[in-house]
Amino acid sequence: MTATVIEKSEIKSTTCYMCACRCGINVTVEDGEVRYIEGNPNHPINKGVICAKGSSGIMKQYSPARITKPLRRIPGAERGTSAFEEISWEEALDTISKRLEHIRETDPKQFALFTGRDQMQALTGLFAKQFGTPNYAAHGGFCSVNMAAGLIYTIGGSFWEFGGPDLERSKLFIMIGTAEDHHSNPMKAELAQFKRNGGKFIAINPVRTGYAAIADEWVPIKPGTDGALLLAINHEIIKQGLFDRDFLSKYSNSPDLVNVEEDSDTFGMFIRSELAEDKKCVEPENKMWWDRHTDQAVSSHAEGADPRLMGEFELEDGTKVKPSFQLLKERVEKYTPEWAAEITGISADTIRRLAHEMGIVARDETIELPIPWTDAWGNEHESITGNPVSFHAMRGLAAHSNGFQTIRSLGILMSLLGTIDRPGGFRHKAPFPRPIPPCAKPPKSPEDVQPGSPLEGMPLGFPASPEDLFVDDEGGPVRLDKGFSWEYPLSVHGLMHNAITNAWRGDPYPIDTLMLFMANMAWNSSMNTSRVREMLTDKREDGEYKIPFLIVCDAFHSETIAFADIVLPDTTYLERHDAMSMLDRPISEFQGPADSVRVPVVPPKGECRPFQDVIVELGSRLKLPRFMNLDGTRKFKDYKDLVINYETEIGSGIGFLAGWRGKNGEKSLRGEPNPNQWEMYAKNDCVFQYELPKSYQYMRNWNRGYLHWAQDHSMIRHTDPINIHVYSELLQKFRLAAEGKREGRQPPDHLRERVRLHFDPLPFYSEPLETQTIDKDLYPLNAITQRPMAMYHSWDSQNAWLRQIHAHNYLFMSPRVGAEHGFGDGDWIWAESAHGKVRCMCRFSESVEPGTVWTWNAIGKASGSWSLDDKANESKKGFLLNHLISEEIPSGKGQGVYSNSDPITGQAAWYDLRVRVYKAGDDEPKETSPQFDTMKRVPGMEPARGLWQSFAKGLLNSGSKNGSGKE
Amino acid sequence: MTQLALVIDLNTCVGCHACVTSCKEWNTSGEAGPMADKNPYGADPTGNFFNRVQTFEVGVFPQTQTIHFPKSCLHCEEPPCVPVCPTGASYKRPEDGIVLVDYDKCIGCEYCAWACPYGAREFDESKKVMKKCTLCVDRIYDEELPKSLRKPACVLACPASARIFGDIHDPESEASIAINLSNGYQLMPEWGTQAANHYLPRRKVDIKVHEEDLMRSSNPLDEEDRGQRKPTTRVTLDDSTSW
Repeated sequence: MTATVIEKSEIKSTTCYMCACRCGINVTVEDGEVRYIEGNPNHPINKGVICAKGSSGIMKQYSPARITKPLRRIPGAERGTSAFEEISWEEALDTISKRLEHIRETDPKQFALFTGRDQMQALTGLFAKQFGTPNYAAHGGFCSVNMAAGLIYTIGGSFWEFGGPDLERSKLFIMIGTAEDHHSNPMKAELAQFKRNGGKFIAINPVRTGYAAIADEWVPIKPGTDGALLLAINHEIIKQGLFDRDFLSKYSNSPDLVNVEEDSDTFGMFIRSELAEDKKCVEPENKMWWDRHTDQAVSSHAEGADPRLMGEFELEDGTKVKPSFQLLKERVEKYTPEWAAEITGISADTIRRLAHEMGIVARDETIELPIPWTDAWGNEHESITGNPVSFHAMRGLAAHSNGFQTIRSLGILMSLLGTIDRPGGFRHKAPFPRPIPPCAKPPKSPEDVQPGSPLEGMPLGFPASPEDLFVDDEGGPVRLDKGFSWEYPLSVHGLMHNAITNAWRGDPYPIDTLMLFMANMAWNSSMNTSRVREMLTDKREDGEYKIPFLIVCDAFHSETIAFADIVLPDTTYLERHDAMSMLDRPISEFQGPADSVRVPVVPPKGECRPFQDVIVELGSRLKLPRFMNLDGTRKFKDYKDLVINYETEIGSGIGFLAGWRGKNGEKSLRGEPNPNQWEMYAKNDCVFQYELPKSYQYMRNWNRGYLHWAQDHSMIRHTDPINIHVYSELLQKFRLAAEGKREGRQPPDHLRERVRLHFDPLPFYSEPLETQTIDKDLYPLNAITQRPMAMYHSWDSQNAWLRQIHAHNYLFMSPRVGAEHGFGDGDWIWAESAHGKVRCMCRFSESVEPGTVWTWNAIGKASGSWSLDDKANESKKGFLLNHLISEEIPSGKGQGVYSNSDPITGQAAWYDLRVRVYKAGDDEPKETSPQFDTMKRVPGMEPARGLWQSFAKGLLNSGSKNGSGKE
Repeated sequence: MTQLALVIDLNTCVGCHACVTSCKEWNTSGEAGPMADKNPYGADPTGNFFNRVQTFEVGVFPQTQTIHFPKSCLHCEEPPCVPVCPTGASYKRPEDGIVLVDYDKCIGCEYCAWACPYGAREFDESKKVMKKCTLCVDRIYDEELPKSLRKPACVLACPASARIFGDIHDPESEASIAINLSNGYQLMPEWGTQAANHYLPRRKVDIKVHEEDLMRSSNPLDEEDRGQRKPTTRVTLDDSTSW
């Protein structure tokens, strides 16, 4: 530094958004330019470290793909041609609010709002509900809803934001399927520590990449067969007596007696001692055990009782009953290791050994923490014990049509081993655990959608019985995506992946306006991408587009921008306020609740405006009730103001942020709004953490102290214990309805068998639906994607540094596949499914199960998108597997189609894909296929950059030789 | 005499590239920068990175290892790049062993790149200057930084704490202890370069299950069995004998 140059340099804390991990970052800003982004050592998520994406945030900020002005499709220009003109924000907002006002006053369903990985569902969900449309969801339906639902409906919590493996105390850790991005940095840090502590890490995955690379053992498995493996492990654990009997007896429904009289209308339901008070969303504790001491049925958890887990018994009235566990034992009897070996490709000996390692480590390496606690039944315990076996899984298990039941099997395995919310096992993060299922419920009938009124019920919720479904009198869907209908009853994250197709077809109805935020539905966020792009430009007979009005809000020149009628330029994460809210997905730790914020470190580029401010503005213009004062005046100036002043109910003291509440910031979790809340977050590393007393940090499903604390802080309504659903009576209710044995709602006839089959109260294995509907011999290979650690979705191809790590993708496969089909490493080949084909380059690898081919997710791009030129590798050599995946599958009953999804949750089954491969002709172009017209740059984007870019402190082509490399 | 170096733990490196881009980010705006990118938004983008991760496979399915191997200038104690430099631009600092390039003296002849057996040199085609890892020499002595942050950017960034920075001539340093206790090794010692950077190998953990472990007296199946027996319907001695 010389005396003549005065650099104004400051370091500002905020939260990263290069992926969904939400690490704390410190941003050095010099003379208004971003100089350096580093991990914040004080932040609980990353403790100072930062990943490849995080450090490259600087190249996102200076990306030439930024959209900087509101745009309108030029009147008369065809949609999809990127023919835009600049308009003012006022004109954009006026156009949108007038259109939405009309829709709201006539038929709110005609407006659909779908968002990507946005971290602001508390706000967008509020807006949708207040608007009155049920047609709202975020990306969860095609991400990992099976993981969320499968575990929440089993153990009352789930992986990632709401819980995870306690690697600090674990001795054996098993990671199944791709999960590199959830968590990213914390998982890497904990894995490294776990390995240094001498733990054994087993990776079960068709591919050995990512974290599996450092696993002590890699167990290759065929995609979509994880359920078979887990059931066989459960079989072996039970057969050998390696389960934690004490844990299962006290803390799960294993001993609860089930009616096994097949002719009874309550077949498969729990025996209940008397009618209990209706608590709305928690099940009454009036079930029965068979007590070993007295050899008779007693109330569950009766003092001194020791329940049988096995056997068959007869009640005084002659009813035959069995404990849940007995039914589980019977269920898994047929799932032998030999049976699973055939399906999974893993030898029976290996399956048995895996089960033995898990069971023996859990049993023999027990942890005891000298922490006294009291359980929900009033029993005092002197210590917390734990069995140090833990698991992690996300999309690899979830993105299959059999994923829900697979993940139920995993939840049950974790429970058999006695590892739920115990040291060394799985641990919850606030606000979980929640009741099974949580109390929030979707609307129930078409009458819950009314012109000019907020939606009755939550746009997304957790059905507990057929009565909670969102269907009309005929049992048909009310939501555009058919969520919460009999086709996908527990679709707790919606089915964004079918929104465009359904709207295009007008099934269940056409809509007028579709608003997309940060969701690249014209490319990597849709299955059947080529066709979906056509749907966006298809017209009705009267010349109007089938989806008449499309609003796209994005910070970047994504493929979807081209199809917009109005484009709204969003800010980057360094330019805006955000709240990682307790009302959405906070950053809680095992030790207690935590949330965090983003604050702007640089001003917005051009006319960019945060999408949250747009939502607040629209809510105010539309006079949506929660956006207005009682006197009819506007309540919130902008999003920043809303975060401070919004309360879940007037005077509730619960708002978006849990920290520094109360007039002067003296209260936590609950308290009146604090006008200086943002400043207090900014001063405190942008993060608020609340550490629970040690005695509340474990066994939270059944920990009286914790449950009372959680109720006092409005996290849960009820303090009833949350017993693990080894047996799911809830699923049985749907099955009984399908069998016509239950009062109340029943599925339409054509769906009865589908519901009956899949709503099995005990986990079962079935082949993925795609495999059942296609010719397996014709399409012999499974095709899946993995997530590279240096890229997140489609976001990073615009990033000059990250795209040098992954500029294009290959289809990876065993050399045996190449030998069989006569092509060599690096050759151009075709990958073809029953739905489409892509031309791509192959790469041989010994790190992949020979029946599987795989590629990196979302590297391929449409020509000209993301500010890449038309020669860029992403569009010439990179390819998108999505072209091969259908968003629908035939129902097989002459009743049209279903979503290509899990029949329980609507989770997009994009990992079910089957393909065949063959060499591309020598005369074919050496470029990927399909190709699309090169996307044009749009007004407001900066001109294309040149051949060289030498970035330094905000200058894109700085200096001559510049630095010396000397001190 | 001090020899600063990196010790890289292959047992925990997951190949995430955090070290690659944090290095680029710090150095492109630092003393050693800028670090040029060619075709940043076009075909075959390529640019200067002082640190790269190479990924390769070892073995045949299913006994396959996937190895992520981060590599930067190894700051050799006998650096072959230094004597070949015709202008003295490449030099090794006696005080801390860091190998550097003086850009003002560099004529871009690339002899040093030919001499380096590790491919660790990075030629900036736009400026015709040779560049390379400086161990963040403009960070590690910066007294304006808190002591905990006076480390190379890659070391601070690494989420898997797979990079240890220190003086390998100080037997008490964390780096030396890691080399000694975890069998740290040098790359291609036969070249006599005495690479200062070291690597720690993969270490495998196994669980041994004994037959007896499956036959415990505390087996819950036995527990279930207790008191479970129903009276038999067959005649027993108990029914038919009376003495």
